[in-house]
Amino acid sequence: MTENILEVRDLHTSFETDAGEVSAVNGVSFTIAPGKTLGIVGESGSGKSVTAYSIMGILAENGHITSGSILYKGEDITKWDQKQMQSFRGEKCSIIFQDPMTSLNPVFTIGNQLEEAILLHTDRNKKEARERAIEMLTLVGINEPESRLKMYPHELSGGLRQRVMIAMALACEPDILIADEPTTALDVTIQAQILELMQDLQKKLGMAIIIVTHDLGVIAEMADEIIVMYGGRVCERGSAEDIFYRPAHEYTKGLLRSIPKADNWGKRLEPIAGSPINLLNLPEGCAFCNRCSSAMKICLHEVPQELRLSDSHLASCWMNVKKAFEEGGADLG
Amino acid sequence: MDEPLLKVEDLKQYFKVKKMQLKAVDGVSFTIRPNETLGLVGESGCGKTTVGRSILRLYEPTGGHVYFKGEEVTDKSIKHLRKDMQMVFQDPYSSLNPRMTVEDIIGEPLDTHHLYKNKKERYEEILHLMSLVGLNAEHATRYAHEFSGGQRQRIGIARALATHPSFIICDEPVSALDVSIQAQVINMFEDLKTSLGISYLFIAHDLLVVQHISDRIAVMYLGKIVEIADTADLYDNPLHPYTRSLLSAIPIPDPEEAKKQERIILEGDVPSPLHMPSGCPFRTRCRYATEQCSAECPSLTDRGDGHLSACWNQ
Amino acid sequence: MKPISDTLPKRNLLSSQIDLSKFNGTDFAPATDEERAQTDVMGRSTTFFRDGMRRLRKNPLAMISLVVLVIIVLSIFIFPAIVPYSYDQIISVNGVRDMGAKNLAPFHYSAMEQAYMAKGGKVFPHIFGTDEMCRDYFIRVIYGTRVSLAVGLFASLLVLIIGVLYGSISGYAGGKVDLIMMRIVDIIYSLPDLLMIILLSVVFNETLGGDRLQGTIFQNLGSNMLSMFIVFGLLYWVGMARLVRGQILTIKSNDYVLASKSIGTKSRKIIRKHILPNCASVIIITTALEIPSAIFTESYLSFLGLGVQAPMPSLGSLANAARDGLILYPFKMFWPALMIVLIVLAFNLLGDGLRDAFDPKLRK
Repeated sequence: MTENILEVRDLHTSFETDAGEVSAVNGVSFTIAPGKTLGIVGESGSGKSVTAYSIMGILAENGHITSGSILYKGEDITKWDQKQMQSFRGEKCSIIFQDPMTSLNPVFTIGNQLEEAILLHTDRNKKEARERAIEMLTLVGINEPESRLKMYPHELSGGLRQRVMIAMALACEPDILIADEPTTALDVTIQAQILELMQDLQKKLGMAIIIVTHDLGVIAEMADEIIVMYGGRVCERGSAEDIFYRPAHEYTKGLLRSIPKADNWGKRLEPIAGSPINLLNLPEGCAFCNRCSSAMKICLHEVPQELRLSDSHLASCWMNVKKAFEEGGADLG
Repeated sequence: MDEPLLKVEDLKQYFKVKKMQLKAVDGVSFTIRPNETLGLVGESGCGKTTVGRSILRLYEPTGGHVYFKGEEVTDKSIKHLRKDMQMVFQDPYSSLNPRMTVEDIIGEPLDTHHLYKNKKERYEEILHLMSLVGLNAEHATRYAHEFSGGQRQRIGIARALATHPSFIICDEPVSALDVSIQAQVINMFEDLKTSLGISYLFIAHDLLVVQHISDRIAVMYLGKIVEIADTADLYDNPLHPYTRSLLSAIPIPDPEEAKKQERIILEGDVPSPLHMPSGCPFRTRCRYATEQCSAECPSLTDRGDGHLSACWNQ
Repeated sequence: MKPISDTLPKRNLLSSQIDLSKFNGTDFAPATDEERAQTDVMGRSTTFFRDGMRRLRKNPLAMISLVVLVIIVLSIFIFPAIVPYSYDQIISVNGVRDMGAKNLAPFHYSAMEQAYMAKGGKVFPHIFGTDEMCRDYFIRVIYGTRVSLAVGLFASLLVLIIGVLYGSISGYAGGKVDLIMMRIVDIIYSLPDLLMIILLSVVFNETLGGDRLQGTIFQNLGSNMLSMFIVFGLLYWVGMARLVRGQILTIKSNDYVLASKSIGTKSRKIIRKHILPNCASVIIITTALEIPSAIFTESYLSFLGLGVQAPMPSLGSLANAARDGLILYPFKMFWPALMIVLIVLAFNLLGDGLRDAFDPKLRK
C-alpha cells in the first residue's frame, strides 16, 4: 500500500458572521496518495472550497478550523505556526484558483511573479530562478517563454493565465496541487487543454491533485476518487466507478439524473427539487432531506451515519440502512 | 415549410474600441421557425450575446436586416415588437433590481405596455405568471436578494413571459446556476415551449445543455456562424473542424466514456477580434488550413438536409 | 482499487457498523410533504432598508453619535424657551443693566446679582458664564450651534441638489455631454477652495453689503451668510456630482437596466425606478458626511471674520471673539470649540456608520 501524502480526519470549519456561527465544513475525512487525483464535487455552499482552503490555511479572517486534523506525511499541520505554514504553502502544497486574473498581481510581469515565487521557496539565485521560470513555462506548454516573461497578466488570455498559474504553483515541485474550479472560467476548448495539461504534469511530476469543482464532466475525466459534498457534509465517497455507476446516496443519484447527457437526450431531465441549502439554517437530520424525493421520517431528525459499502465505497444515507433493515441485517454492497 | 418567425439576414455589429473596429458580429444569417429552439453556441467573445442584443435593438446594428413575423425590425417597429420579443439574462443577480419587490419586477412589463385595467387585474396576472414559473403567491412581496439563484432566474423568466411573447432570447440562462437547479430551469423552458408555443434563441456555451434543449444548433466562431444543423445531425455528423473539436472537448460525466473519448485538442487561443485573421477566422487553429483559407472567407453552404457549414475543405 | 479510508472497519457486514435493533419500521416510512416543508423555511422577509437599520443599530459609535446629535438638536430648540436671556441681550437685574456682569466664570454671579439674590430675588444661573459684553454665554453658544447647524444643513442641501442634478445628467447622457460637463467639474476642482471662499466672500460682501438686502427675504440672513451659501453652491457640489455620475455609470451597466430597456420602458422611468433608488443610499451617506465639512467651513470663515453678522453668534465667531481673553477666560474658547468637535465628530461617525450599513460595496 502506498503511503498517503495527506490525510484529513473529521475536519470541521466554521465562520463567524453577522447572523451567527456558520459551520461550512462538518466532519470531512479523506486520504490521498501521491500521483492520485481526488475530486471534490458539490454545489455552491456545499463546503468544497472551504475544505480546500482549510488544508492550505488560507481561510478568510472570520473562518477557523474548529476541530479535526490534517495530516501531511503524518504531521498535523493544523498545529503548525505561521512560518511553517508559509513554507508548506508553495513548497509542499499549492493551489490554483478559478479566476487566474485575481490571483496574479496586475502591476508585475509574469516573470517577476514567477521568479519571486521561486526565490522565496528555494535557495536559487536570480539567474537560476529565471532559468527555472523559463523551464516551468515550457513545461506548461507556453511557447516563446522568454518573451512571455516580460508580459503583464492582462496581456495574456484566460487559458494562458491559468497555465502561468499552474507553472507558478508547480515551480517548487509541491507534493499536492489543489485546483479550485480551475476551468470554470474557461471555454470548453481551453478547458480541454488545461485538463490535459494537468494530467500530463501529474504523470511527469507525480504530485497528488485535489480538484474541486461542480462539473461532473470534469470530475469524471480527472478523478480517481471522488467525494460528493452537500451542506458541509460528505454524502458519499469512493472510486470514480463507485460514484458514477453505483451511487449509494440519494443526492448523488439525483445529481447524476439531472445532468443532460447522451442517454437522456430528447427526454425530460429529472431535476432535484428545491433550492440549495442555506448553511445558516441546517436541518436537524440529513442536510439533503428537504430536497430528497425518498426522504423518510428518520432522515428529518437524525444525521445518517457513514457506512462502508465496499472496500472503496462509503456513503451516508439512511436508504442503505433501510435496505439492510428490510433484508434482515444482511451484508451491504 | 413554415413561414419563419424570425429571420436574420447578414447581421453586422461593429464596435469602436480605441479607434479600432471590433467586428463582434460579422454577417450572421439564420432563421427560427415558430415553436422552435435554436441553440447558439460558441466560446466567450465569439459574439453570441451581441447577436441576441442586436436583434432586440439594445445595440444599433451596423448592418443587415432582422425580420420578425415578416415585419422588418427597425428603431420604429421595435417599439411595438418588444411586447412579442423578450429576453432572459445570464446573471440572476444583476438582472433583478435589488430595490424592487418580486411583484414590481414582474409587473414592470405590464405597466410599460398597459396590459391591465385595474390594480386587481394586475395583481392577478402577476400571480398567474408566478405560478407559471413555480413561485408561490407569498413570494410576491419579497425582494430579489432573498431568493436563491434558481428562484431568481424564475423571476426573470416570469418577467419575460409577462407580455405573452412568442419569442424569447435566452442569454446563458442556466450557466450561473448550480447543476441540480439547471435541470429545473431547463425543464421549465421546455414546458413553456410546449404549453405556450414559444420559440427560443438559446445562447449558451454549455454544449450538453444546448444539445438537450435545442431543435437546431448554430455554432459561432469569431463573429461568424460556421455551422448550422439539426441537433442530432450536428452531434452525429459535425462537418466543420471547429464544431468537431468543440464537441470532442465536452467533458462527459461518465468515467469510462471519458477515457474512451478521443479529444481533438485545439492549439492556441481564439485570436482577438481586433486582429482578425484574413480569410476564414478559424484557420489559425485549424489543422486542415490551406492557402485558400487565408485568402478568402468561406460562406455557409448547404451540405444537404439543411445542414450548413462554412469550410473550404468540403 | 486502493481503500479510500481507514477510519471504518474493512468488513462490509452492516451489523458490525450499525446497530439495527435500534430502528423500527416507522423510521423508514416516507416523510410527508408537510414534514419536509418544515425543514425548508425561508428567512424572515427583510427590506434593504430594514436590513441596513439592523446593521446600523449594531454599530455602537454610530448610535452614540445619533444620540448626541438628537440631544444637541433638542437643546437648540428647548433651551431658548427655558433660559430667560437672549443672545443679544445685556444682562439686567430688575430692569437695570448690569455692567458688572462682564466675563463671569460659569455659575458665578455679578455683584448686582448677588445683592439682588440676598434680597430674595431669583437669578437664572449663567451656566457657561458671560461674555465681554455682559451677555449670557450659554444662550449664545446655543444660538451659535443653531446657526452653525442650519448653515451646515442648508449648504449640504444645496450641494445635494446641484450635485445630483449635474451628476445624473452627465452620467446618463454620456458621450460628449459627459465629457464637457466633467471637464467643467475638473476646472472647479482645481481651484484652491479656501482662497476662493475668502475672495468670493469679500466680493459678495461688497456687492450685497450695506442696505442692499433691505426689504428682501434675505434680510435676516445677512450678506455674509448669503455669500457663504453662494460659495458653497459654487464650489462644493463638484464632489457630489462626480460621485453621482460614477454611481449612475455603474448602475447603468447592470443587467436590470438592460432588461428594462428590452421590455421597452422609457428612459425617464428607468432613471426614476432603477437608477435613482439604487444610488440613493450613497447620496444620503455623502450628504451626511457633507454636513460636518460645511459646519467646519462655516466655523473657520466666521473665525476669520467672514461669517455671520454680529450680534448673531455662530460657533466660529464665538471662538474668534474668545481669542482676546484666551488666557484669562479659557472657558469662552472651550464651549464653542467643544460644540464644534461634538457636532463634527458625531456627523462623521454617523456618516461612516451609515456607509457601513447601507453601502453594499463594503459589505461581504
